[in-house]
Amino acid sequence: MERLKPVDIVIVGGGFVGLTLAKEITARTSLSVVVLERGQPRKTSDYIDQMDELDHVQRLRMMQNPADETITHRHSERTSAIPVRQYGSFQPGTGVGGAGEHWGAISSRYYPDQFKLATVLREKYGTARLPENLAVQDWGVPYEELEPCYWRAEQLIGVSGKAGNLHGTRIEGGNVFEGPRSHEYPNPPHKLSYAPSVFRKAAAELGYHPYPVPTATLSQNYTNPDGISRPACAYCGYCARFGCMIGAKAQPTNILMPVLLKRKNFSVRTGCNVRRVLHKDGQAEGVSYLDDASAEMFQPASVVILASWIVNNARLLLLSKIGTQYDPATRKGTTGKNLTHQVVQSTRIFFDASLDTFMGSGGLGISISDFDGSQGVDGYPGVLRGGNIRVMTTGEGPIASFGAMPPGEVKSEWGSEWKKAALAWHDRSVVINSEGEHLAFRHNYMDLDPTYTDKYGDPLTRMTLDWTDHERAQGAMLTKVHGEIAKAMNVRSAGANSRLLERYTVTQYQSSHVNGGAIMGASPDTSVVNPWLQHWQIANLWVVGGSAFPQNGAGNPTLTILAITLRSADALVDRYLKHPGALA
Amino acid sequence: MRRREFITLPAASLGGLLLYSLAGEPLRMHAQTGDVRVPLRFFTADEARVIQAACALIFPSDESGPGANEAGVVVYIDRQLAGPYGRDKYRYTKPPFVDAAPEYGYQGKESPREIYREGIVKLGKFAELSAPEQEKQLRAIEKTIFFRMLRQHTIEGMFSDPMHGGNAGLIGWQLIGYPGPLMSYRSEIDKPPGETKRRKPVSLAQVVGHPVIGWEDEKD
Repeated sequence: MERLKPVDIVIVGGGFVGLTLAKEITARTSLSVVVLERGQPRKTSDYIDQMDELDHVQRLRMMQNPADETITHRHSERTSAIPVRQYGSFQPGTGVGGAGEHWGAISSRYYPDQFKLATVLREKYGTARLPENLAVQDWGVPYEELEPCYWRAEQLIGVSGKAGNLHGTRIEGGNVFEGPRSHEYPNPPHKLSYAPSVFRKAAAELGYHPYPVPTATLSQNYTNPDGISRPACAYCGYCARFGCMIGAKAQPTNILMPVLLKRKNFSVRTGCNVRRVLHKDGQAEGVSYLDDASAEMFQPASVVILASWIVNNARLLLLSKIGTQYDPATRKGTTGKNLTHQVVQSTRIFFDASLDTFMGSGGLGISISDFDGSQGVDGYPGVLRGGNIRVMTTGEGPIASFGAMPPGEVKSEWGSEWKKAALAWHDRSVVINSEGEHLAFRHNYMDLDPTYTDKYGDPLTRMTLDWTDHERAQGAMLTKVHGEIAKAMNVRSAGANSRLLERYTVTQYQSSHVNGGAIMGASPDTSVVNPWLQHWQIANLWVVGGSAFPQNGAGNPTLTILAITLRSADALVDRYLKHPGALA
Repeated sequence: MRRREFITLPAASLGGLLLYSLAGEPLRMHAQTGDVRVPLRFFTADEARVIQAACALIFPSDESGPGANEAGVVVYIDRQLAGPYGRDKYRYTKPPFVDAAPEYGYQGKESPREIYREGIVKLGKFAELSAPEQEKQLRAIEKTIFFRMLRQHTIEGMFSDPMHGGNAGLIGWQLIGYPGPLMSYRSEIDKPPGETKRRKPVSLAQVVGHPVIGWEDEKD
């Protein structure tokens, strides 16, 4: 193992989290920052030649290659885990920018009560009336403290939307259920495509509160506080699973890398796969990695920050023998606990005319939150928390969308009769979609797989994860409302895909919003990192990202990930680096 | 190095000349017969004829429009199998391989290449059977991984960019009114149905003005 020249700070992972941290640290200190990214370099100009559905949507060209490293999954401790050989219910990113290059860019805040969810649920229902295995926890940081970070993140990525609550005053047309904002969104809402406009009208007629989905694709040309200018979205439809070829969608390569590349104290090394955090006597000494030529390197550093994808943050801790593996039998140990995904429910609806669904962008649409967070759940026994309900035109490719038709139209999935029906129904449908909060449960967690290994022979992460009655009740509530709205829209509905909630299914794409495993909290007995995302046992090790979520909010997590990342950067720069040690 | 094999496609049945969509490959036009001889990368000529016949049943050429034959779907499948996808470069293939519940998806050891080879052997003299006999044979294997792949690949060959070898003459996109990877719909995104432009489709190479290669053609 070659010992490299020491650096001040080494960051593992060059996605939104790692590069945001690097930008903050290099702006405010002269310390040397090295980002180690296992994937390849990327830039905006690469993307125009990649407007190809087959390679990106069917073959998942931008994702981590499962042949190199995947995960295994089992439904409970009583069964053995099966490897996810092809993605999958979620799709991990790789390369500079990570999944932040090919995200859909939906950028909602979580509700204030999410951050103290354990307290809120206990006070509302009493411990005895909550599910026995519920494992939700408070985050250790109140919404009010995160609000300035949310606002910074919204400016950084240039969110387009409409406020529903400014300084406590509710504003119709925005999400009236959201927490108080200090500012209106940096950019106004987008123009609206047809299907969401029909949804908006129907939802309003039913007394609900429709609002534009906030998104980090730009509704107008915009310059952020770092002086980075990006153009308005062109609705080309090559959005989620693609890099944006004009830079209208916020991506680490278009908002962070241009700033970082001018900084002399910053460097990024690609093709570097970090395998261990080396540590001694409660201090991290650096990381070991294999470089592009498979040479083993040791990079010493004064501070180590894990900013890789959720699953890999927990995995690196376990492989490095840092902290204690969570055990669901005793509920002791913390690493790997509170794995959450997201309860995705959808109802396909059919119109009388072609919709041009190939146009759009990742977050172009309308949402309601009347059954989101704690809203509207009281009439539904067994539902503690709900989810959003929305219609979006995200840009559908002809391969993925071909064959959508109301159930029972034809008997066969191939041949003349099928082809005729598929052509007749083509481009006439969208989905009413919900992403519900996924609460943490005792038996959902990550550890190292005893059988399957990655390309180097290290154990894969094993997920133990299944749905509970809460998700099923939540899904039933949300899809009942889908049906009600579909009726008011006067469209034909295919019904909900509630089979998805029978058992967790790793092969059916739901969202890439997997979170947890190295969660934040107020006590080292129940969390891996403190409320500033510093490891409880090793003060010079920070574990940042969605891995810190004690449970999953509804909708898309990236904005909240950015908010806790900025708060973590502040604590690191303003407090830790001045007086190294455990923050209190 | 195996003997170079070709599939002969009647140019009259193809949705426009395949020439630009087969950029980089030597093509022989037989002027008198109007045939196009497409060099095969993976299949033998006999195998290609079986796959071509099966694809034509899955996505037929009939009164609702052109199908797999006109789009050159067999050429698309041949290239996918010859490339990294065909040999499972992007699938986790470490043992042990175990029987798992259907929701874990395909868990087998065999790569797409092996699945096709085995499936084609089982179809035997398929290309020479009558259409009703062919249909009967395909119905009998509907639930197999081979058929599920073949059906998915047929749809991909109909509607993917012609750089991948199918969708010849953009005939698949014409069939469904898909305009191709256009750069902007800023002036149309908020228009109601029926008020947007109808366009003649364009391929990615036409949009960007230079040849583009698919993932299957990337060097290792």
